Amino acid sequence: MSTQMMARTREPGPVTGTPAVEIEHLRKTYGTLVAVDDVSFSVAEGEIFGILGPNGAGKTTTVECAIGLRSPDAGTIRLLGLNPHADRDEVHEIVGVQLQEGALPAKLRVGEILEMYRSFYRNPADVGELTEALGLAPKRNDYYRSLSGGQQQRLSVALALIGQPKIAVLDEMTTGLDPQARRDAWELIEHIRDRGVTIVLVTHFMEEAERLCDRVALIDNGRVVALDTPANLATRARDGKSVRFLPSAPFEDRLLTELPEVTGVEHQGQHVIVTGTGELVNAVVLTLAAAGVTARDVQLDSSNLEDAFVKLTGKHLGHQEGQTS
Amino acid sequence: MSSLSLSLPLPRPTRRAAFGQIVRNEARLAWRQPTGLITGLALPVLLLVVFHAIPAFRQPSANLGGLTTFGIYVPILIVFSVAMLAFMSLPMPLASYRELGVLRRLSTTPVPPSWLLAAQGVVNLGTAAIATLIILVGGIVLGAPAPKNPAGFVLSFVLCVAALFPIGLLIASVARTAAGAGIIGRLIFFPLIFFAGLWWPRELMPGALQALSEATPLGATVTAIQDSMQGQFPPAAPLLVLTAYAVVFGLLARRLFRWE
Repeated sequence: MSTQMMARTREPGPVTGTPAVEIEHLRKTYGTLVAVDDVSFSVAEGEIFGILGPNGAGKTTTVECAIGLRSPDAGTIRLLGLNPHADRDEVHEIVGVQLQEGALPAKLRVGEILEMYRSFYRNPADVGELTEALGLAPKRNDYYRSLSGGQQQRLSVALALIGQPKIAVLDEMTTGLDPQARRDAWELIEHIRDRGVTIVLVTHFMEEAERLCDRVALIDNGRVVALDTPANLATRARDGKSVRFLPSAPFEDRLLTELPEVTGVEHQGQHVIVTGTGELVNAVVLTLAAAGVTARDVQLDSSNLEDAFVKLTGKHLGHQEGQTS
Repeated sequence: MSSLSLSLPLPRPTRRAAFGQIVRNEARLAWRQPTGLITGLALPVLLLVVFHAIPAFRQPSANLGGLTTFGIYVPILIVFSVAMLAFMSLPMPLASYRELGVLRRLSTTPVPPSWLLAAQGVVNLGTAAIATLIILVGGIVLGAPAPKNPAGFVLSFVLCVAALFPIGLLIASVARTAAGAGIIGRLIFFPLIFFAGLWWPRELMPGALQALSEATPLGATVTAIQDSMQGQFPPAAPLLVLTAYAVVFGLLARRLFRWE
């Protein structure tokens, strides 16, 4: 996977004031099955917070407890200081939710659905503006059943946002979208956050978490195994990076090990693998060129969230195109 | 029938508007997927016209206490309509809403999913009222007697709805899918409509069968409506039978309805 780490301009500062979401020692079992063992995290207002993990890790159960759809067996949950059960009416007013796998009646039109959900809230969004932002404006008079999977998904997101929530919980929002639609959805999420909405994003797409999230909680077997910025998690997985190439002629390792960027040189058959930090590729290629050696077939292996995940849980996330081999 | 949360943070006019929007969309769906309108309204009205076209049905008969067969059929067709709406048109969309996750989605909004049940109730009650009015007026135009006790007639209709709609909710609780609800609805409808006398006038049934008919919700309704047609206030027995069905199935539906 060659995803570049996105440098975020926004530092995920310390949580000040009332956190948007605060979960402490959440536990939820179904019979003998422990869906969520012990999950704690806190999301600052205005943050895009990712919940990442393989299928069955407990992501969705965590979210369902957080929004009051399920009662936890133990632990406390606060949404902007409110209890999702005791204050459920107020919580439903300020938390917009997009659940996985929610369909709508086939023979209702997009506009009719939006107008209906709009009437549920005290201070709803403008339907025209929302459909415009989600690219649904030309579909307002179409039946739900005539929408593509991506359009249905966007309508689902629209319904989560129509109450102008302070917190938006989006579960697998981009699953089933084509790459272009997914990038559009990401832009939309950033746009919503810029308006001050806190976003909790459940996903198993690495690229999505790396691109969007200020912080990510990796969940596995019902527990938070790591919680940090995507970049820090990736760095934690492996310090530095490595370059693999085929030299046009033999050379002495010393040439490279003397470079400040290089921490190690390894031979693998005819290939050479150099590990190090900083501008590693440039340093290696230029130094070899000066010695009359051409580096062919250069591959940069940069660690990312996927590596972090594999390292921390020993599992791959699944459903991932172009997994790290 | 369903627990309507009254502690909503929404101001009253907003709540009314929200419920109005839900009812409007349910009515649109009823119009666009007209299974309920066809079986609950068009079919009984068509049967009314067909029965009137049979010459023998227009002759008063001593067996029927001097009434025409056509006249006997008016209350039966009213019950036919309400039962079709209660057993098919009401539970099928509700089962599909659970299947599609609509009820789940609604429970994340300020509006509780029970409002969707209530809205379905309103739409089907409206359809039942319109169908009953058409059958009644059509019957009178075609020679059947007008109800001589309107209050008794209205009470019989209301109790019939109150007894049958909770059975529909129970069907929606048991069925996993809309198709399943349709099958269960038919399995309940056909034996019950026999006891209402659709195929065999109850006046000609053996005594034991007649007594059994009186204990079914459709049979009790036909008795109550027939009596109010002839001018008496319906006797206590059928009204109590209908009330008992309403209470028992109302409680059962309330206990057993599954939201996901």
